[in-house]
Amino acid sequence: MSLRRLFAMAFKETLQIWRDPRSLAIALLMPVMQMALLGYGVSLDIKRVPLCINDQEHSQLSRDLVQRFVASGWFSADHASATDRAVRGALDRGACAGAVTIPVDFSRALMTTGSASVQTVFDATDTNTTNVAIGYAQGVIAQTTADFESQWAAAHGLRPPKIGAVDLEARVWFNEGLDSRNFIIPAVVAVILALVGAQLTSLTISREWERGTMEQLISTPVTALEVMLGKLVPYFVIGLVDAAFCLFTAIYWFKVPFRGSFIVLAITTALFTLVVLGIGYLISVRIRSQLGASQVALILTMTPTTMLSGYTFAIDQMPAPVQAVTLLVYARYYVTILRDVFLKGSPLQDLLIPIAALSAYAAAIIWIAARSFRDRLD
Amino acid sequence: MTATTHEIVIEAQGLKRRFGAVEAVRDISLTIMRGEIFGLVGADGAGKTTIMRLLAGVLRPDAGAIRVAGVDVVAEPKRVRSELSYMPQRFGLYEDLTVAENIFFYSELFSVSPRERRARTGQLLEAAGLAPFQRRLAGQLSGGMKQKLGLVCALIHTPRVLLLDEPTTGVDPVSRRDFWAILYNLRESGVTILLSTAYMDEAERCSRVALLQAGQIRSCDTPSRLKQAMPGALLDVVADDPGAANQALKDAPGVLGLLLMGDRVHVRVDDAGRRSPELRARLAERAIAHTEITTIEPGIEDVFVALLEPDGAA
Repeated sequence: MSLRRLFAMAFKETLQIWRDPRSLAIALLMPVMQMALLGYGVSLDIKRVPLCINDQEHSQLSRDLVQRFVASGWFSADHASATDRAVRGALDRGACAGAVTIPVDFSRALMTTGSASVQTVFDATDTNTTNVAIGYAQGVIAQTTADFESQWAAAHGLRPPKIGAVDLEARVWFNEGLDSRNFIIPAVVAVILALVGAQLTSLTISREWERGTMEQLISTPVTALEVMLGKLVPYFVIGLVDAAFCLFTAIYWFKVPFRGSFIVLAITTALFTLVVLGIGYLISVRIRSQLGASQVALILTMTPTTMLSGYTFAIDQMPAPVQAVTLLVYARYYVTILRDVFLKGSPLQDLLIPIAALSAYAAAIIWIAARSFRDRLD
Repeated sequence: MTATTHEIVIEAQGLKRRFGAVEAVRDISLTIMRGEIFGLVGADGAGKTTIMRLLAGVLRPDAGAIRVAGVDVVAEPKRVRSELSYMPQRFGLYEDLTVAENIFFYSELFSVSPRERRARTGQLLEAAGLAPFQRRLAGQLSGGMKQKLGLVCALIHTPRVLLLDEPTTGVDPVSRRDFWAILYNLRESGVTILLSTAYMDEAERCSRVALLQAGQIRSCDTPSRLKQAMPGALLDVVADDPGAANQALKDAPGVLGLLLMGDRVHVRVDDAGRRSPELRARLAERAIAHTEITTIEPGIEDVFVALLEPDGAA
């Protein structure tokens, strides 16, 4: 390998990128847009679920119960309906995601028999939200019951009954606010880099074929490895600029807690950038038309990185065969690394497994890409 | 011929290459000596470009052996690449790079020393008439200037072999003259040049010419010997209506072939002395006004057409 020819390729490629400001602008603006879109748009937290309240009693107690739903922060009591039919109508229209019906004899039943029912109905078309909302509703009711019992006991001069023998003292670490954004935004960075990185290099070889410059290039002493490394140099710089932008946006704009070291972040990000650029380059080597290469790059990176990287769906909840497939999804290693570096402040030695996986990936992709490069027309 | 020696620089034997059902090259053998300007002449689709690509090592033959500058191109295409320069038919340089940047890029790929690069760049740009355009993007050059830039890039290192695929197609006459001046200079320094062309006047400038048809060499020799070898003699008929003259003479006895060339018809006959008066009579009989019928020396085009005709090819 000749460093001189490698630098000549890098020089030529840089000039071409520079002379094509539109593509350069897209390469630098795409992550900005995606970061804004995904960073703001994606949150798994369910807050202020709109409820329709059918309070048939209108007593002190029933109003207290409604107030507790709203005060929890999980629900908002946007609508009030007097009849079951109106509740049904509100759910059908999508005006609310759930309904609470407090029966007309709520207080009386509670006072006389010691128990009363409250009905909740949820629109389960969105199962995830519904499950979470039901959990929240149960929490509100459980707390209300406990409070009512204490109040009743106090009023009658009795000691409050023990609710249970075991008290759960739940503490959450690493993301103390249980803010799903802190968990998702590092993964968003990984997804954006995977998409943008592959797009950056996916056109670089097919462009030479389409413009007719490849025939002359391969008639020179330049080798496959020199072409590849030379072409990757400028895109590596662009990829790192994109990565730095996304990571700094996560830290300083979205205020995701960053507890790790910037050196660990830089090393792992450089490694991941190399992998995604290598993937794009391999696609470019294999597919001679620019349009085809760009689309294949999108399809090959989009689905695995969004669905199988642990970005939104937890990998350990997937069926075993799907979990096995995720081992091939390079983005999952970087998602793991970023979450650990951001939230846990993991040092390098705790990340050896995903780093080893990414290194193996980088080596394999570059080897395959160099071997796939055809220095003949046939 | 000036620098021609008996050193064989390009040797191809039994070359075959097909693309699907099309046999682009069938059984081509060539031997080209150092310092020759060797021309491949043929119509589109005759196999010129495929032969160029095979010799440059950018295409693999289905069968046959190729040695260029002592290197087995089929086995070691990489090794031959520092010995030759290949200029594809389609402009192969970077249109979004300037003239100077393209030259710099190719000089680096061929590991030319900076001193040599500076010297050669100045000299070649001067010869090509491109010196004032160094900072212009290659994409904004005219067709002729592009081809000359291609030649400059091909010559920025010192190739032993220069392969030029239709280098002057679509090039203006002034650029063509510059182009050929550079080629003649190169031959002086012992560079072997193989070029393909569809222009017959360019074929005449080559030291040797191979006439290609349907992937085969129909004839290969110096232009003068090719002309001598043409069967029959050539009559030049100048007529007011050359189309009508062409029609009238088509099935006249002794006529082997006709070639319409502007305001005249080249008529190939078995015996010029005997047929000349006969043709004159035939034209007069059909009231076709003609000024003269003279015996002329054939050009390469006449030879080429003669070879392509069934009777002439025999």
